[in-house]
Amino acid sequence: MSGLVGSGSLVRLALRRDRVLLSVWILIFVVMAAGSASATVGLYGTAEARAQAAASINNTPSLVALYGLIYDESSVGALSMIKLGAFGGALVAVLAILLVIRHTRAEEEAGRLELVGSAVVGRHAPLAAALVVTVGTNLVLGLLTCLGLVGAGLSASGSFAFGLAWASIGIAFAAVAAVAAQVTASARAAIAMAMAFLGVVYVLRAVGDTAGDTGAAWLRWLSPIGWGQQVRPYQGDRWWVLLIPLVFFVAVTAAAQALLARRDHGAGLLPERPGPASAGASLRGPLGLAWRLHRGVLVGWTAGFVLIGLVFGNVASNIGDLLDSPGAKDLIQKLGGVQGLTDAFMSTELGIISVIASAYGIQVVMRLRSEESELRSEPVLATKVGRIPWALSHIAIALLGTSVLLIGAGIGAGLAYSAQTGNASDFWRVLAAAVVRLPAVWVLAGVVVAAFGLAPRAVAIGWAALVAFLLLGEFGPLFELDQWVMDISPYAHVPRLPGGDFTAVPLIWLAVVAAALAAVGLVGFRRRDVPIA
Amino acid sequence: MTARSTSAISVSGLVKNFGHTRALDGLDLTVNTGEVHGFLGPNGSGKTTTIRILLGLLRADGGQARLLGGDPWREPTELHKRLAYVPGDVTLWPNLTGGEVIDMLGRMRGGLNRQRRTELLERFDRDPKKKGRAYSKGNKQKVGLVAALASDVELLILDEPTSGLDPLMEEVFQQCIREERQRGRTVLLSSHILAEVEALCDRVTIIRLGRAAETGTLAEMRHLTRTSIAADLAGEPNGLSTLPGVHDLQVDGTRVRCEVDTNRLDAVLRQLTSVGVRSLVSQPPTLEELFLRHYQDDLSTGGNHTRTAVSS
Repeated sequence: MSGLVGSGSLVRLALRRDRVLLSVWILIFVVMAAGSASATVGLYGTAEARAQAAASINNTPSLVALYGLIYDESSVGALSMIKLGAFGGALVAVLAILLVIRHTRAEEEAGRLELVGSAVVGRHAPLAAALVVTVGTNLVLGLLTCLGLVGAGLSASGSFAFGLAWASIGIAFAAVAAVAAQVTASARAAIAMAMAFLGVVYVLRAVGDTAGDTGAAWLRWLSPIGWGQQVRPYQGDRWWVLLIPLVFFVAVTAAAQALLARRDHGAGLLPERPGPASAGASLRGPLGLAWRLHRGVLVGWTAGFVLIGLVFGNVASNIGDLLDSPGAKDLIQKLGGVQGLTDAFMSTELGIISVIASAYGIQVVMRLRSEESELRSEPVLATKVGRIPWALSHIAIALLGTSVLLIGAGIGAGLAYSAQTGNASDFWRVLAAAVVRLPAVWVLAGVVVAAFGLAPRAVAIGWAALVAFLLLGEFGPLFELDQWVMDISPYAHVPRLPGGDFTAVPLIWLAVVAAALAAVGLVGFRRRDVPIA
Repeated sequence: MTARSTSAISVSGLVKNFGHTRALDGLDLTVNTGEVHGFLGPNGSGKTTTIRILLGLLRADGGQARLLGGDPWREPTELHKRLAYVPGDVTLWPNLTGGEVIDMLGRMRGGLNRQRRTELLERFDRDPKKKGRAYSKGNKQKVGLVAALASDVELLILDEPTSGLDPLMEEVFQQCIREERQRGRTVLLSSHILAEVEALCDRVTIIRLGRAAETGTLAEMRHLTRTSIAADLAGEPNGLSTLPGVHDLQVDGTRVRCEVDTNRLDAVLRQLTSVGVRSLVSQPPTLEELFLRHYQDDLSTGGNHTRTAVSS
């Protein structure tokens, strides 16, 4: 087929561009799976402990909805991988979606594919190359995960089934992303479309899994995530189920190639909707512009945070049953200190939520840098808008946005939790526990502002700081690091609410540090050249 | 305001380094209020760097830059209220429409003339409802131009504003700039398109390797160049070769071809008419020749960027 000429070169180009990115991604998944397996094997030594833990998951609808069912309650592999089967599978799907769109629609939107397309490259080659890279990545990911799981002490056959189940989810979503890339002209919209599909099928399998033996159980068979779970690794290893994602992949990619043949280069199938011919009243200053640029994403994030809050609040009220094994109780006690189990669980979950909110804040402040390097700041800074107000506009969105996210998650968790306990004061306790995490989140945004002002090429240091603080918190106690080292992380200073003692002093200090970092960055920005390429 | 009566832009001895690269090496540039000033040079000669310093975006390492009577680094926002800028590469926000960008930038400047906005959109044949990501290069450029031209400002700074425009739109652009001059606005027009500068500009500064190689009115500059003469005479020419300012003389019977320094033209013509002229073709020097003369050093050493600039 002449339409595929040049695919080989494009595959090599993609691998050259993404060699670091892909290696790191694959490594994270393998470590996550192997770590989770070895921790579970250590934590639940006896068959009774495993059966008890498995039963308590199966009997908690919110957990079944989130993670799925355990079909063999005596299987150590099934218990180890319960969280990663569906949840981890969804993350594999995200990787596949991002990878396919990155090498198809994003390249097309940036105009680079046009350059490539004018060379000896067939019309279908870019999509084919992206699919080859993504399928290959998922197969490598699956095989390495299998090796990691075997290394952690799980059975070889089950581990192979698990690795392939993950790979099959990624491969199915590569096909979904291939279609999404044809439909819209914008890479961002294509990603959103594929992600929305992921959300829908995740819910489909949740509904199917929680339906028990009633009629709706078949819904799980409409979901690529459900297919992965129905392979049932470590619980019989039903290899034939893997045929379903395979057929799905072939059919859906064929559809994507057919759509590709019907559209123009650069255009989508959905026409670009026209917008307003003149600007609304709010679009008159830097803040109005920043709000306009961030609002769509913020709305999506907020919905997600409220949802996560609802799920966690719901799970928390069942936590007592879930963590009946002495080992797990001990672990949670270590994590949360002396509070009640439920409060400790809630505090831990809010900690995770605050880390995700930090990622949002980092991303918003980093927009300053991309606006600069893509030369969109220049026309704005050539107006009466000063540098400081311009920078502050995005910083304000970061502060406001992270507040909205944490308050949203707090409201979601508080509502779900107080609805279960029937105690309205629980709502306020949980909401307050979410809000006290804000100053630590702002410190991360402050790090990015400082980098933007002083060393704009190094703004990615914000991500490095986030990972470093996270590792300090997770592994600091394990490696028995000195307290002052662990105190470098802003998250170490957040009062462990709900349940712990509230002290305002560390929060004030965190806010002061965040403000100082931002001030340093703004002073640096006022003095330096713009744009720095 | 006294600044109005003098020069809109005055730059002297401007120096800017990027690491070890010297982008500007003692540049002088004066733009008088009310004139259209051509800022001519190939890619990489320092035009954009100069403009960014004038906008207070880059900090000069040496020399002086004054804009509308103020210091662009110290008081950028006050000065920016009085000017509009079109960058060489207009980049739009993918999810904002062209109309929104025009309005927003206008509001962020000194304000927008609604009537002029409508009129300009019509002339430039623009659909303001399209989103940024759907615009081609030339159409993005038009959005930038409409936003600048419709703003109520006294100074326009245009950095290669017509790159990507088709000839029809180029014509509309030139018409618009002539109108701006009649309104009394000052325009700094950076370009490497000689015909455009020749058609529009009162005065020209040629920049080469970060320095002003030549500056003046087109008439003054032409004065420094040579006019091509081709004549058929009544008899054999005499004494031409000894006249000062005559170059590349070719005599073929009664036919004469030569290049004449423009300030020596009068003496040469007298000499020709003394023999008797049957036909005469004289070609005035083009800016292109002027430009080539300043860059021929680079050309002879094979400077690639220069060649691309001149050919466009």
